[in-house]
Amino acid sequence: MTTPATTSPAPLLSMRGVSLTYRAHDRDVPAVRTVDLDVARGEIVGLAGESGCGKSTLASTILRLQPTSAQVSGEVLVDGADVLTMRWGDLRTLRWGEASIVFQGALHSLNPVHRIGRQIGEAITTHEPEVSDDDVRRRVGDLLEQVGLPRQRAQAYPHQLSGGQKQRIMIAMALACNPSLIVADEPTTALDVMVQAQVLDLLSGLVHDLGVGMLIISHDLSVLADLCDRIVVMYAGRVVESGPADRVFEQPLHPYSGALSAAFPKVGDPAARFAPAGLPGDPPDPAALPPGCAFAPRCPRAVDACSLEVPVLADHGDGRSVACWRVGEP
Amino acid sequence: MSAASTTPRAAVSARQLAWRRRRETLRRGWAEFRQHRAGLVGLGILVVFVVVALAAPLLASSTDISVTRAPGGVLEHPSSTYWLGTDDSGRPVLSLLIWGARISLLVGLTATVISMVIGTLVGLMSGYFEGWGGALLFRVTEWFLVIPFLPLAIVLATVLGRSLFNIILVIGITSWPATALLIRSQTLSIKERPYLERARVLGAGRSHQIGRHILPNVMPMVFANTTLTVAIAILTETTLSFLGLGDPTRVSWGTMLDQAYSVGAITTGSWWFFMPPGICVILVVLSFTLIGQALEDVVNPRLKARR
Amino acid sequence: MTTLATADAAVPEAEARRSGGRRSYGRYVLGKVAGSAASLAFVVVLNFFLFRVLPGDPARTLGRGRLNTPEAIAEFNKTYGLDQPLPQQFVTYLGNLLHGDMGLAISTRAPVSQLILDRMWPTLLLVGTSTVLATLLGVWLGMNQAWKRGSFFDKSTTWTSLVLYSMPEWWLGMVLIALLASGVGPFLGWFPTGGLHTDAANPTVLDTVWHLTLPVITLTLAYLADYSLIMRSSLLDELGEDYLTTARAKGLRDLQVRNRHAARNALLPTTTLIALNLGFVVAGAITVETVFSIPGLGLLAVEGLRGPDLWLLQGTFLVASAGVILANLVANLLYGLLDPRVRV
Repeated sequence: MTTPATTSPAPLLSMRGVSLTYRAHDRDVPAVRTVDLDVARGEIVGLAGESGCGKSTLASTILRLQPTSAQVSGEVLVDGADVLTMRWGDLRTLRWGEASIVFQGALHSLNPVHRIGRQIGEAITTHEPEVSDDDVRRRVGDLLEQVGLPRQRAQAYPHQLSGGQKQRIMIAMALACNPSLIVADEPTTALDVMVQAQVLDLLSGLVHDLGVGMLIISHDLSVLADLCDRIVVMYAGRVVESGPADRVFEQPLHPYSGALSAAFPKVGDPAARFAPAGLPGDPPDPAALPPGCAFAPRCPRAVDACSLEVPVLADHGDGRSVACWRVGEP
Repeated sequence: MSAASTTPRAAVSARQLAWRRRRETLRRGWAEFRQHRAGLVGLGILVVFVVVALAAPLLASSTDISVTRAPGGVLEHPSSTYWLGTDDSGRPVLSLLIWGARISLLVGLTATVISMVIGTLVGLMSGYFEGWGGALLFRVTEWFLVIPFLPLAIVLATVLGRSLFNIILVIGITSWPATALLIRSQTLSIKERPYLERARVLGAGRSHQIGRHILPNVMPMVFANTTLTVAIAILTETTLSFLGLGDPTRVSWGTMLDQAYSVGAITTGSWWFFMPPGICVILVVLSFTLIGQALEDVVNPRLKARR
Repeated sequence: MTTLATADAAVPEAEARRSGGRRSYGRYVLGKVAGSAASLAFVVVLNFFLFRVLPGDPARTLGRGRLNTPEAIAEFNKTYGLDQPLPQQFVTYLGNLLHGDMGLAISTRAPVSQLILDRMWPTLLLVGTSTVLATLLGVWLGMNQAWKRGSFFDKSTTWTSLVLYSMPEWWLGMVLIALLASGVGPFLGWFPTGGLHTDAANPTVLDTVWHLTLPVITLTLAYLADYSLIMRSSLLDELGEDYLTTARAKGLRDLQVRNRHAARNALLPTTTLIALNLGFVVAGAITVETVFSIPGLGLLAVEGLRGPDLWLLQGTFLVASAGVILANLVANLLYGLLDPRVRV
């Protein structure tokens, strides 16, 4: 299993055997296939993969936000309680109160006709209706300062803000009810590099200051490598590798992680400039997955056996796991 | 891919390729349209009415609708001789309906053609030309958009006189702004697309850009909008005829209703005179609306989520 | 609690815009009022030229069948100043307009402006009541249809709206008369067949309401169909937006997400589309007043048709257009309150 061998209490987030299938008109599309994932308190876990690999879909199940037409199986335990089966009232308490999501703020995750202060305050008043208006206003101002924005920003509308400011607003909003778990879905996409760095600093600072657990989702492995304690790599709805962040990034065991990691040239290594970067081919269509290992058609190390059986996620020691038939072979 | 072949491939001209692509698009569009049950229902209803209109001389003799040679008695109830009874001049209502279909459909369609031509031209030009030319056209469109169409139609019809041609003209003139607005916003968004910039760099002149690039991309939307415009045009013709502005020498569903109202067919309960024309209008307008909605979905699949 | 020292003023955030505040609403209002004034000016000019520049001699066109002798034509031209050169006529026209003089009705010799004032309140009563009812009911209906999309409620009411929308509203009025007043039945005599008062000398409120019931029902149904279809499709558009996921994730109830967030945003395109359809409201007023013989502005316009009465037609056209321009302005100002993004 991927849980670090510590004596800490049960993990904050524990996903066991989670599978999610979308039902289209005539066929089933498996978006997530039997995924196990843990996040402990104070730990930052990165979830990496190309778009379409199912990582955002997986994250949506943490707050049971997946579309109603989707079929989900497995367990999603937040602080021991199964999100997928809990009662509606408990779910509404969990949402934002125990776990929150930082959506990509750059697009349309904020209501365009409400002021920022109102939207952040809404989270507070929904979970703590007894809080007075003045206190809500004060807390909203504190949250804005916490993410490095001036208090007056509460009066602004979303269209008056830049992408970076909106992303910080999303973070401030996610903190409003003091959750124990924060999921950041592509927090740096659509931001320019300088702003990316600021947002990442902000996020890591929060984890260390507040002791929350964080799950960061990104297709950009370099973002995750620096920030996270552990990285989980997904491909075509399955976990293909997981382990400590620096090991996964520098010595990837799965060919796909290797390709992801190689996509970012290492500074100071002249040979890296000439190494082939990027993978040929496209991610598979989830509705028409190839037999056996889904990565086999694009894999430089694939053999015939790879297309026969789906590789099992196996423990490799040192807290690392890989799902590949050819790992360890020369 | 590049194994040398021994048989020479027949040269396919660019024009043939373009036609092949168009036919394929049409075929795909039709397959997509067929999935809309409501659109098919609309199409079915429309076909029935078009056939009736075209076959009018075969279905009802033209002497039936002449006032002087009317065969029946005044406001007769429906019977086995006259399935829908007669009007106040003794003309069989069924025959009036059949011949009226011609006028209603004819006016609706031709007025729409006029409206679409004006609207598309103005829309294209106000969208394409930046600077004060385009801005002026846009302002004029907005001003005309604000003017309520019925008072304007009443004024125009009064001044121009009551004839079939004038009615068509009036409806065309009062309905172009909505189309122009739609075409303009389409043109604006197409103008931003990269391939247009590339065409410009390659030296494409204005007419080439508009004719070969913008227009073909705007046409599907124009087409879908046309059917909805026909629906409105038919309603407008019916209303104008009801108000007494229609051609007095022709029978249309609107003139039937004007007649019915004037002779008090409503309050005396001669329902066979005023119910059928209204029902026909509803059916035809509904069919165009359903077809138009289905076409909109075909042209812009994103809209499908809306219905 | 840590405050990070990253002052965002230090980093140039290029896309930030300072707009949407109270001062910008003032600027927005001024812009819209100026635009409406320009539209009104255009209508005033158009009104003049419609009757004079179009083909045919005005006397012959408007006096069709009545003015047969050259003397009659000459007198007509003199009365209406049509023998003056065109620019002179225009100046006279503008001058008269500024004094509220819209000429005299040909048949009754009553001042047109007086006629318009007298006939205004039945129209306002009829149209006002119908549009308010239709907006409230239509928005509510459209919202519920979108939220319960695909249900029996949605399908049946949407089809009903489509049929009502495809119907000439005045024909619906005729059917209602035949069913509920006089004609076919089954509830004959429940309502009057037309007019505004049973006894014009002793008008009572209850009597007026009784006379206006069928016309108001007719117009309300006609407008309601249009408005509910608009609100339904606007809300369906909104339902796919990301900020609704954010709202749900924050723990809000479904009803709160629907009303506070989705419907609130769907009101924006709905307001725009309703404003775009104001011409339809005017058309409804004209035709329904005709069918029910309600002595309002719509019937006045149709009476101008009968003559044809040049001054009366000109006056009613101007008033109808001015009314729509004013209503459009109100709708625009309302939209500016609802959508902070336009107050640039």
